[in-house]
Amino acid sequence: MAGAPTLRTLVEQRRILVCCGSGGVGKTTAAAALALEAARAGRRAVVVTIDPAKRLADALGLAGLTGSPSKIEGDWSGELWALMLDTKSTFDELVVANAATPEQGQRILENRFYRNISGALSGTQEYMAMEKLYELHQQTDFDLVVVDTPPTRNALDFIDAPRRLSRFLDHRLFRMITSPGRGIVKAVNVATQAFLRTVAKVVGAEVIDDAVAFFQAFEGMEQGFRERADAVFHLLSDDDTAFVLVASPRRDTIDEARFFAKKLGEADISVRALIVNRMHPTFGDGLAEATAARAATLEGTDLGGLYRNLADFQLVASREEEHLAGLADAVAPAPVVRVPYLSIDVHDVDGLTEVASHLL
Amino acid sequence: MGKTVVTATLARAAARVGLSTLVIEVEGKSGLATMYGRSPLDYTEATLHPGGGTGGEGEVRARTLTPDEALLDYLREHGMSRISKRLVSSGALDVVATAAPGIKDILILGKVKQLERAGGTDLVVLDAPAAGHAITFLQAARALLDTVRVGPINAQARDVLEMLTDHERCRVVLVTLPEETPVNELVDTAFNLEDRVGVGLGPVVVNGCYDSVAGVGVEPETAATEAGATLREGEADVLRAAARFRSDRTALQNEQVDRLAEQLPLAQLRLPFVFTTEIGPPELELLADRLLEQIDALPEAV
Repeated sequence: MAGAPTLRTLVEQRRILVCCGSGGVGKTTAAAALALEAARAGRRAVVVTIDPAKRLADALGLAGLTGSPSKIEGDWSGELWALMLDTKSTFDELVVANAATPEQGQRILENRFYRNISGALSGTQEYMAMEKLYELHQQTDFDLVVVDTPPTRNALDFIDAPRRLSRFLDHRLFRMITSPGRGIVKAVNVATQAFLRTVAKVVGAEVIDDAVAFFQAFEGMEQGFRERADAVFHLLSDDDTAFVLVASPRRDTIDEARFFAKKLGEADISVRALIVNRMHPTFGDGLAEATAARAATLEGTDLGGLYRNLADFQLVASREEEHLAGLADAVAPAPVVRVPYLSIDVHDVDGLTEVASHLL
Repeated sequence: MGKTVVTATLARAAARVGLSTLVIEVEGKSGLATMYGRSPLDYTEATLHPGGGTGGEGEVRARTLTPDEALLDYLREHGMSRISKRLVSSGALDVVATAAPGIKDILILGKVKQLERAGGTDLVVLDAPAAGHAITFLQAARALLDTVRVGPINAQARDVLEMLTDHERCRVVLVTLPEETPVNELVDTAFNLEDRVGVGLGPVVVNGCYDSVAGVGVEPETAATEAGATLREGEADVLRAAARFRSDRTALQNEQVDRLAEQLPLAQLRLPFVFTTEIGPPELELLADRLLEQIDALPEAV
């Protein structure tokens, strides 16, 4: 492992861990287990989760959205805190912080178009996850922030999101609309006027009015948002930050994970560790084909069934290793950590401890 | 959850009983075409399976839909092709979609409705977005009726809602795994969809159930004696460990499947776990067999 830090080193030394990967691969559980291990190592750790399963949320004391971390008591030398991302209130705070006057902030918060942004604009959840990460890193004295990322099919959504949103808010169409003296009806450019009228015809004038009012209210804040987006991006590419890729050994999720690793690489971000959840166990050192052949000759007997069963699991384990091999190469020299299929669903600290025992 | 595997299987099963089937993908990059041994899909329709043959099979065709392309189609069909390119390239669609949430979903579902109405297809199978987004996706029509009160989008939303809530035309097939969290999510989703969207739910598909194998409950030594075979050293332990793993996991799976049946009074269809881990044409045929066997056994009312 030519000098590549282990997952334990990352947990004990980095300031930020970002767990990323496709949906349903156990990112939330991995993030929580990593934060727990940091707390056991004496660090003050906080995990930001996006959408934990209800029982895990309950176990972590995340019954309601509070927007601020709550402390989880337990038998560890450090501290473990957890926080469930509330996209809307995070965005509200960001608007208030960037507004020139409290009135401007209020005007935006009350706008219907703005209220849709947190629910409807793609990338907003990703953006807010990164914003929360930045805020926790800057404004608090946590030693480690572990962030779970929203399940996304587009690998770069959460890296791109801050910039994409600031581009959106900077939209030239709306710069034009909001320029003084050039209201929607007074647009000098005839083509633009016709364009907007057509859009209004399709979606209704009310909808356009809301949007125009929002961009007018937002005027002057683009700069602040852009600077913040750049700061968040720099933090993500910083040496204190490590990206942990989480996958499951199925062919399709492995393909997605490879795509993910490639995209991260293009953004000059290296994957520092790969966690593969739900690996099937390996039984014996025989080959599936040989075991299956033996099962076939014994077909109809209980022993044949026992060999059939063994062949199934030998086959699945070898296939999983094959799928994994290419991904391991793609993220090298990052270590690959395998977590076996657990016989329980993880929804308490004991469960997290078991996951962690496989991670580190 | 294996949503795409189930989509591919449903389409293949439908074609096997003679229905001409169109699969619609909305999230891209799903691997559906690979399961049919074909190259990835795009916005133009591709034939995944030709149909015909002695059994009078239907064909399976497939395509993807994206909001941008659906919007272009929509504008073209409504005499607004001149602005359509600009609306997409300027990014104004994002602005409009934010102003009226659900508009992208309506564009997609509107296109689905159009394809359904176009004829030539007996069954449309839509591989809808995953759990959390599924409700918003299907609820978009209702929500949009409140935001956009007049005009063509309003009309589109009405048509879509009519399609979704007509139980003769449209059913939602929910897919889950025999595990605790997916089962919980499925139950939540089911009630939300019925209450908030008014869609009709079809049978639930539980994907990835271990098939039972005879003999896994028997001690390897006993089984060997009965079969008149000898085991190599250490082999009994390996066989026993593998057998125990299957029994334990099967028991856990059954527990979850039973719990699902208790909490959700819908028929269940179970698809087996595929140990080769990859679904290609042969696996798809096996899965379609299993689905058809179970559908045949369902009571007529479902």
